[in-house]
Amino acid sequence: MAIIKTENLTKKFRDLVAVDNVSMEIADGECFGLLGPNGAGKTSLIRMITAISPVTAGQVWVDGQDLARHSRRVKALLGVVPQTENLDPDLTVLQNLLTFARYFEIPRKEAMRRSLEALRLFQLEEKRGSRIKALSGGMKRRLLIARGLINQPKILILDEPTVGLDPQSRHLLWQKLRELKAQGITQLLCTQNMEEAALLCDRVAIMHLGKIVVVDVPHNLILKYVGEKLWEIEPSSPAEREQIIRELKNHHVEFEEVGLAIRAFHVDNDELAHKLLVRPRQGTLEDVFFRLTSESLVE
Amino acid sequence: MRMFSWRFIRLWQRNRDVFFRLWRSELPGFTIEPVIVLLAFGVGLGTFVSGVGDQSYIVFIAPGIVAGYAMFAGIFECTYGTYARMEFQSTFDGILATPLNAEDIIAGEIFWGATRAMLTGTAILVAAAIFQLVQSPWALLIPAVCFLQGILFSALAIVFTSYAPAIYSFNYFYTLFINPMFFVSGAFFPLTNFPPFVQNLSWLAPLAPAIHLTRSLFIGKFEPNPFLSLGIIVALTVIFFAWALVAMRKRLTK
Ligand SMILES: Nc1ncnc2c1ncn2[C@@H]1O[C@H](COP(=O)(O)OP(=O)(O)OP(=O)(O)O)[C@@H](O)[C@H]1O
Ligand SMILES: [Mg+2]
Repeated sequence: MAIIKTENLTKKFRDLVAVDNVSMEIADGECFGLLGPNGAGKTSLIRMITAISPVTAGQVWVDGQDLARHSRRVKALLGVVPQTENLDPDLTVLQNLLTFARYFEIPRKEAMRRSLEALRLFQLEEKRGSRIKALSGGMKRRLLIARGLINQPKILILDEPTVGLDPQSRHLLWQKLRELKAQGITQLLCTQNMEEAALLCDRVAIMHLGKIVVVDVPHNLILKYVGEKLWEIEPSSPAEREQIIRELKNHHVEFEEVGLAIRAFHVDNDELAHKLLVRPRQGTLEDVFFRLTSESLVE
Repeated sequence: MRMFSWRFIRLWQRNRDVFFRLWRSELPGFTIEPVIVLLAFGVGLGTFVSGVGDQSYIVFIAPGIVAGYAMFAGIFECTYGTYARMEFQSTFDGILATPLNAEDIIAGEIFWGATRAMLTGTAILVAAAIFQLVQSPWALLIPAVCFLQGILFSALAIVFTSYAPAIYSFNYFYTLFINPMFFVSGAFFPLTNFPPFVQNLSWLAPLAPAIHLTRSLFIGKFEPNPFLSLGIIVALTVIFFAWALVAMRKRLTK
């Protein structure tokens, strides 16, 4: 069952179409990844789904409820970690969590319990009395994530949550996200980190120029668009380059020229590999990303 | 137009908590200054002025200063304060992701501005009482009037803030609108000094009825009818509150 559903969702800023007619469904309990180059419209899409930004056209349903009509009720179910930090600089670290808990009508005692637990989990205990200004960039981000979890959301929406985190904190967050998924918490994870997406997401959508270009299981995307194995070839001379391209064409191998290099997809011809002196490497989500979001591909 | 819900109280509480964290830096501006103004004008200028009607000059201006500074407290909160929270701190952007909607935030800001107006008005009233200027027990109702006119002026300030392209824009708001209004609304001299046309007009500048109402309660004389002032304040409050909800929602949700 879809817990988040959008229909022909569109966002315009004056003449600029940031989100273009997006219809998608996110299943209950799934971790759904949202990938796309800068300016693709990911944040704009997320801000509409979280009722922060009004839709230009189209509709959103969350947990069966029409977002336009029940925004307060829907927002009570969501935990949102925004891309740009917006902690409350007039309050201390602990007060930030307590005040946010109060927006969600969490009773004071329970709010205190959850806040202290979150500070412990995200290793911010020593900073509980600090002003936000006194935190490092990564600490702010950790607090932002802790804040997004304070209402024990049914759906967690994270817009590039691991940017600026050190490796320990990043792994800590991944661990936490896996735990939450095991508890059945739906996650919408926007990220530029392909490793993160491949690791955590059941399905990923790739967004480009306001549209969702594909949605599928990461492994399927790899199989479909770049193949299990691919070659990265760096010709040493223009002549060699021409010869390689000729060979690839002869054997009907799909390839793309990436700067001076040549990238061949769906390769399974060992004989040819031997001849061209190339060694295959594994196809990754990043390769899929490149293929689907290079400008040339889009008409 | 969408209505605000009871959830506005959460935003009000947030502002209250911040205020009590920082009150030492805010207190002098809104209590000590008006007391100085009261004494400077009342005692200093009062020796050159013969008083108004059968009142000494300082008794005449005291309720004007209560109402005027209450207004300033609300307006400051909902211009500079609101603008900073909105633009520099993205505070509201964070709150919009919680069950509070834009209208709840706006109403919370307005009611907090009104609370500041009440606190300031009450502080000056207490000072006036200590100097034995208060003439009537009706003055006990003045904090409520400060709160009410505080809603009006905070809403008016929010309307302006929602259109303000930069924080500097408030200079125009104050120098062209608020400060002149303070001087021609009957705080420092009776409106009867003006020609009738200007007198009638000044009743629409919303501070005049607020000062009239405050003064009526302060001296215990109800002429002309204070319900007229009350009616004007309530009507303008409804208009500006609705306008604030609509204009500020546009500004907050992009
Ligand atoms: N408030 C705004 N006003 C005008 N244009 C905007 C606004 N917010 C976003 N845009 C534009 O909408 C487009 C999509 O922006 P968006 O922030 O959604 O991209 P994104 O996919 O999140 O990018 P990134 O990976 O850099 O975060 C961009 O062209 C951006 O300039
Ligand atoms: Mg973004």
